[in-house]
Amino acid sequence: MATAMDRPVSYNAPQSNKVRWGELDEDDGEDLDFLLPPRMVIGPDENGVKKVIEYKFNEDGNKVKITTTTRTRKLAKARLSKRALERRAWPKFGDAVHEEVGSRLTMVSTEEIILERPRAPGSKAEESKAAGDPLAQLGKGGAGAVLMVCRTCGKKGDHWTSRCPYKDLAAPSEGFVDKPASETTAPASGTTKGAYVPPGMRGGAAERGSAPDRRRNEENSVRVTNLSEDTREPDLLELFRTFGPVSRVYVAVDQKTSVSRGFGFVNFVNKDDAERAINKLNGYGYDNLILRVEWATPRAN
Amino acid sequence: MRPILMKGHERPLTFLKYNREGDLLFSCAKDHTPTVWFADNGERLGTYRGHNGAVWCCDVSRDSMCLITGSADQTAKLWNVQTGSQLFTFNFDSPTRSVDFSIGDRLCVITTDPFMELPSSIHVKHIAGDPSEQTGESVLTIKGPQGRINRAVWGPLNRTIISAGEDAVVRIWDSETGKLLKESNKETGHQKTVTSLAKSVDGSHFLTGSLDKSAKLWDSRTLTLIKTYVTERPVNAVAMSPLLDHVVLGGGQDASHVTTTDRRAGKFEAKFFHKILQEEIGGVKGHFGPINALAFNPDGRSFASGGEDGYVRLHHFDSDYFNIKL
Repeated sequence: MATAMDRPVSYNAPQSNKVRWGELDEDDGEDLDFLLPPRMVIGPDENGVKKVIEYKFNEDGNKVKITTTTRTRKLAKARLSKRALERRAWPKFGDAVHEEVGSRLTMVSTEEIILERPRAPGSKAEESKAAGDPLAQLGKGGAGAVLMVCRTCGKKGDHWTSRCPYKDLAAPSEGFVDKPASETTAPASGTTKGAYVPPGMRGGAAERGSAPDRRRNEENSVRVTNLSEDTREPDLLELFRTFGPVSRVYVAVDQKTSVSRGFGFVNFVNKDDAERAINKLNGYGYDNLILRVEWATPRAN
Repeated sequence: MRPILMKGHERPLTFLKYNREGDLLFSCAKDHTPTVWFADNGERLGTYRGHNGAVWCCDVSRDSMCLITGSADQTAKLWNVQTGSQLFTFNFDSPTRSVDFSIGDRLCVITTDPFMELPSSIHVKHIAGDPSEQTGESVLTIKGPQGRINRAVWGPLNRTIISAGEDAVVRIWDSETGKLLKESNKETGHQKTVTSLAKSVDGSHFLTGSLDKSAKLWDSRTLTLIKTYVTERPVNAVAMSPLLDHVVLGGGQDASHVTTTDRRAGKFEAKFFHKILQEEIGGVKGHFGPINALAFNPDGRSFASGGEDGYVRLHHFDSDYFNIKL
């Protein structure tokens, strides 16, 4: 049985000044204790609260009543077998008999070690969605391909931007205007003639670069705050997909503790859907909290 | 959690074992002295002096009175757990690699390494109730598998012996006749040396860890492969939680390659997997070298890991471990 003491509540109360210095012999100062009432122990009651009332003389010779209130709690029921308790009392043997005091064979780690989750909880569903679903949907065709919107030709659910058949016909995207559109398909080595070209400038970088662009697309982005810690991306998706096709769901997760930080973003394909979602879900009770749903403000940079 | 670090060994750890009640933890290392610790606070209770070589394995009887250790000095020794005194020495012609008491502690299986043109073998010894009557005669000797047999344990009802080792094959032998009953399939089984083997609490299934970077769960009777846990490090040690459906794999880069790399690159964490879903639950870091030994406390609330770095780390789980959701 383990016990723990709550912070003892003690107060000193000068009770009486009946005994005065002048009335006492100087040398029997230590023997005054017989003048004090005996120590009293009240409890512990059913809540584990125990009161100890003691009397003593303080430095000034005043009688002081000290009431100490403690609460004893059972922290855990340790089920130690009789044999184990017996073993606890076994004498040390072997090298353990004369162990040097400073040898410090057993130490408690100064470092807090946590069971590190392989990935932020809940993010896995999104990962597989990003990797698996679009491909599966490619095969399936238009059925449920809500996530796929080509930004070059604006066609929904047919192909990704990078695979757009009209890519060469469309105007090159703003970020790479200085490059002819056809260069994106040419291999890097063909155009550079051996000079170093930073990866971002190489041919084909446009395609690679487009991926983060898509992720950071802030169009029709809705910010959801005051999420409970248990809410994961799949939950959000379930909540928001009723309003229309959702292209991205993201829940912010603390990298160190892998606990949700309580906010997230949902991107809709259509602005109307996003607006409806905001109107409906702002102030909506979800889990144990009241959601706050609003338009996401673009980042300062 | 704040693990308790126990630095009683000067050389790499080789094996860890809790007694049945989970209050004592036995550790074996390549230095010559097995050590016993109190499993709750990590205090050293005693050491067993007498071996003259690396100690590879140990087992403790159900009543926690008798300890057996197998050592590279070509002996296996019986010890009095309480006093640290030697009760008996089994002498062999080659290093002993693994020891395991049967249910009831009346028999013990001991494996010996191939050595000086001797093949590896599995010996079954009778353990006398009174140590003064103990003899060194083998009840049964099994030979056959090529290469070292890293672990041999008793199967259900002591009827079989399960062995695994360098040839990557898991075998089930008849413990009466020494006949080979079952052998794991080359295709579905391990591809490289099996380094460790741990039985479940009820003995119905067991887990093997291998240098092929995987661990496999097998049925003890039929030797059917139940689950495979794939990791990205060679597995040196495995353990199964008696409380939750969790398995722990320990390992890491081979010790001879370690110095060239960053600590994180070595992948020295103990990895938790869900036993049934085969999904990774998490990792516990801390060791500076590969993990050679793992053991779960029989109450399932703490586990110990022993590393090439010579430390035993005793982890008492925080309460949130018990409500991890996948």
